[in-house]
Amino acid sequence: MLAEALILSAILFVIGMLGVLVRRNVIIMFLCIELMLNAVNLSFVALSRFIGIEGQIYVFFVMTVAAAEAAVGLAIIISIFRHYETVDVNNFNLLKW
Amino acid sequence: MISLGFISAGSIQAGGAGGFDPLLPGLILLLPLLGFALNGALALVSGRRSADRVRNSIPEEDHTAGSVPLTHSLPTWIGPGVLLGAFVLTAINFVRLLGVELTEPVIRSYWSWMPTGTLSVDAAIQLDQLSMIMMMVITGVGFLIHVFSVGYMKEDPGYPRYFAYLNLFVFFMLVLVAGANFPVMFVGWEGVGLCSYLLIGFWFQDREKADAGKKAFIVNRVGDFGLLMAMFLLFATFGTLDYGAIFAAAPDTLLYGGGIVTAITLFLLLGAVGKSAQIPLYVWLPDAMAGPTPVSALIHAATMVTAGVYLVARASVLFALAPVSAAAVATIGALTALFAATIALKQYDIKKVLAYSTVSQLGFMFMGVGVGAYAAGVFHLMTHAFFKALLFLGAGAVIHSMHHALHSTHKDWDAQDMRNMGGLRRFMPITWITMWAATLAIAGIWPFAGFFSKDEIIWYVGTAGAFSGLYVVLWGIALAAAVLTAFYMTRMMIMTFHGPNRTGEPESRHLHEAPLNMTIPLGILAVLSVFGGWINVPGSVRESFFGGFGVLPMSDWLDRWLAPVTQSADAVRASQLGAYADVAPVGGGHVVWGAIATVMALVVVIVTARYFLSQPIQPAHEDGEPDRGIGKVLYNKWYVDELYDAIIVRPLIGVSRWCWRVIDRVLIDGTVNAVGSVSKGVGWFGSLFQTGQVNTYAFILALSALAVLGAFIF
Amino acid sequence: MVEILFYIFAAVALGGAIGVVFQRNPVGSLLFMVATLASLAGIFVLFEAHFLAAIQIIVYAGAIMVLFLFVIMLLNLGHDYRKDLKMGLGMILAFAVTGGIAGILVRQLGGAGTSAVEQALPGPEAMDQLIQEQGIIGSIARPLFTDYVVAFELTGLLLLVALVGAIAIAKRRV
Repeated sequence: MLAEALILSAILFVIGMLGVLVRRNVIIMFLCIELMLNAVNLSFVALSRFIGIEGQIYVFFVMTVAAAEAAVGLAIIISIFRHYETVDVNNFNLLKW
Repeated sequence: MISLGFISAGSIQAGGAGGFDPLLPGLILLLPLLGFALNGALALVSGRRSADRVRNSIPEEDHTAGSVPLTHSLPTWIGPGVLLGAFVLTAINFVRLLGVELTEPVIRSYWSWMPTGTLSVDAAIQLDQLSMIMMMVITGVGFLIHVFSVGYMKEDPGYPRYFAYLNLFVFFMLVLVAGANFPVMFVGWEGVGLCSYLLIGFWFQDREKADAGKKAFIVNRVGDFGLLMAMFLLFATFGTLDYGAIFAAAPDTLLYGGGIVTAITLFLLLGAVGKSAQIPLYVWLPDAMAGPTPVSALIHAATMVTAGVYLVARASVLFALAPVSAAAVATIGALTALFAATIALKQYDIKKVLAYSTVSQLGFMFMGVGVGAYAAGVFHLMTHAFFKALLFLGAGAVIHSMHHALHSTHKDWDAQDMRNMGGLRRFMPITWITMWAATLAIAGIWPFAGFFSKDEIIWYVGTAGAFSGLYVVLWGIALAAAVLTAFYMTRMMIMTFHGPNRTGEPESRHLHEAPLNMTIPLGILAVLSVFGGWINVPGSVRESFFGGFGVLPMSDWLDRWLAPVTQSADAVRASQLGAYADVAPVGGGHVVWGAIATVMALVVVIVTARYFLSQPIQPAHEDGEPDRGIGKVLYNKWYVDELYDAIIVRPLIGVSRWCWRVIDRVLIDGTVNAVGSVSKGVGWFGSLFQTGQVNTYAFILALSALAVLGAFIF
Repeated sequence: MVEILFYIFAAVALGGAIGVVFQRNPVGSLLFMVATLASLAGIFVLFEAHFLAAIQIIVYAGAIMVLFLFVIMLLNLGHDYRKDLKMGLGMILAFAVTGGIAGILVRQLGGAGTSAVEQALPGPEAMDQLIQEQGIIGSIARPLFTDYVVAFELTGLLLLVALVGAIAIAKRRV
């Protein structure tokens, strides 16, 4: 069952990555990042079953970071939306000099 | 703890101290440094506001009023105070040294300064007869000049800064003469150069004065190059830079008249020439008169400029081993003595006269040490410190008074131009008398100090004719320079103090004698100028009239005093060249020539005085007709500045300009710009990938991840 | 039984994930995401990570997703999503790259299921024993409050910083 879980984790991760690449809605991109984090969590949990409890501990920390990231990231999105009146990333091109 | 150890202990290295136990020698050096630190701190504290307050609210006549701020009242005590302390300590050590027969210098080594590979240099000072007498002159004359400065500089807003520099100068000068090896001496050498620069440009708001400071600094660099080269050669030859080791090994290591020792000494001479303002590097000294007058007295007459003489006397063994270099020293000295004396003939600025006189007298000292009469050179150095410091301080008092007089009616005249003075003896009797004493001393009239020292030098140059015909020529030049000295000094005195007063009636009412703290140093220096020569009455004239028929004390005292320092040099010279002649080149013994010299000087003084008293002198501003012929050439200082400008400065500027246009702008700038353009192009190409779109970045990230993964697998 | 449940959950998770990416309506995407998270929680249970499964539901599906929903509602994004997800060169490239990555990962991880690899690992027996001895919570809590206590405390700090930061950024006037 380990191999299947890891393959599922990989596919979920890649789907998340695909979402980040193809979606233009910032919130959905963000959601896809959460999906990637969950994919990683899955592989941690699957491996912890065979290796040791530490994997679950890391998942715990990943969740905390994800929560913090979601809070700050959504705050940034609100702030950006207030400025541009949109969440379409194609309209954000300030990330250059 | 460390500083305490520095003051009290140090390790005694040299054997044969002969019972001489110096008292706190490190403190002699530390006291002026302490003064510098305190005064420097006060100078930083004293801002422009407080300076303005002093200048505006304190009346000129009432300097002692209680409202003077601390930043200006403390330096009055700190500045001369530390010098007094240093002088007392030096004097105590000097007296202790008098009682013992010291054959080897006492060396105090404080810490290891440069322990590198084969070179080991200690921060060490050396106490012997030569350094002690130099320290006596520096701290003694220095103290008097500090006291004088209190009166002279009191109204200046930069008063604490002035004393900070002056204290620092004394510290470096003491390091110079007390250093036990060449690097330590070099620190002092450069330090006095720095202080000289700072003090010449003391009034740096004035462009001309700041430029004079720069000129002094840059010209001195030429000499410093020579000194450095000499140090490199010494290290390459001896593997050490300690005086003791080098001078002890020199007679056995170096070939008499060999190439190495000649090169070393010629480089040393270049250094000495720069610092002591000899031909061809004398041009900075007259311009150095831009500084405050007490500075001219201390640095550019009494102490720093004599460093070159000290250097030659210190390295006497090396010069004795290199007859060519010794002859070069004497020749440069003689030429400078005559050349500067001729320029002094036609100068009207009182300080310029004294400046060229200093250059000329330094030439005499060089002659003395050049012919091997090191004691005579140091003797003249000492007496010159007395009477030239006195002359400068007297000139300072005159300028001070003239400045106030001209200032009282806002007259736009030059306070230093002698044509504007005249008849000052009625207003400034003390200055007048003391300066006459110094003038008679420098003119070489018995029994003033200068007679003994200058006569001894001339005598040794003449009797060195036994070695080479060159010295006979130099002897003639020296006599001519001595006559000219008497002439221009008398001219200066007459134009300044005698004849009718030319300042103008309303101004003359404001002429006044200097205050006590300025006249007392004048008085002390006058006493030294009169009697200072008696410490070294030549033995050959002791029984004659010139020795007071044996009454004058201490015959040949200085010669015997310095004998341990110069004995190895004397031994080399005696074995290679033989003894000095007993008579002058054209016959006549020492007594005869002493008589001739003093009578000649006396006649010149009297004739000159009569001539200038009968000559109507116009104030500078009315002087419509310029000098002609040789007078004009002399007034313009033989056009040497113009010559240097034409053959050195302008070509240098031209080459620099060419370098700037071709090398700098085309080659270097071109290369740099090309590099910049290439980077810019690459950057522009790279910036095409920077769209600012998050998607693009994410895509590149994913692509890179794919690439990395692929690299792991395949 | 466990195997079957695993494949069911896996299918739901995959379907949810695909729905997240390809549902144009953000609220729909969000609901697909909740489904994925829930089925992942199920898989966690299958791997004996009961505590994490609970947290997964409570924190992720409960708190974080609600936060996302709040923001979507707050920004009133229910109507301009038609332009999203347009076919084009970018989409093709994205599929190519992610497809490549997926291919590599699946190919590599497929080997992890072989008996050789599983035998090299300590195996589920050790975990079973640990859980038996210390309980499900205790087996996580013990290392969390001993070996990882510093990191654990730091997460508290991290959450505080995130809280302050989020307020500072999102507030209209600071």
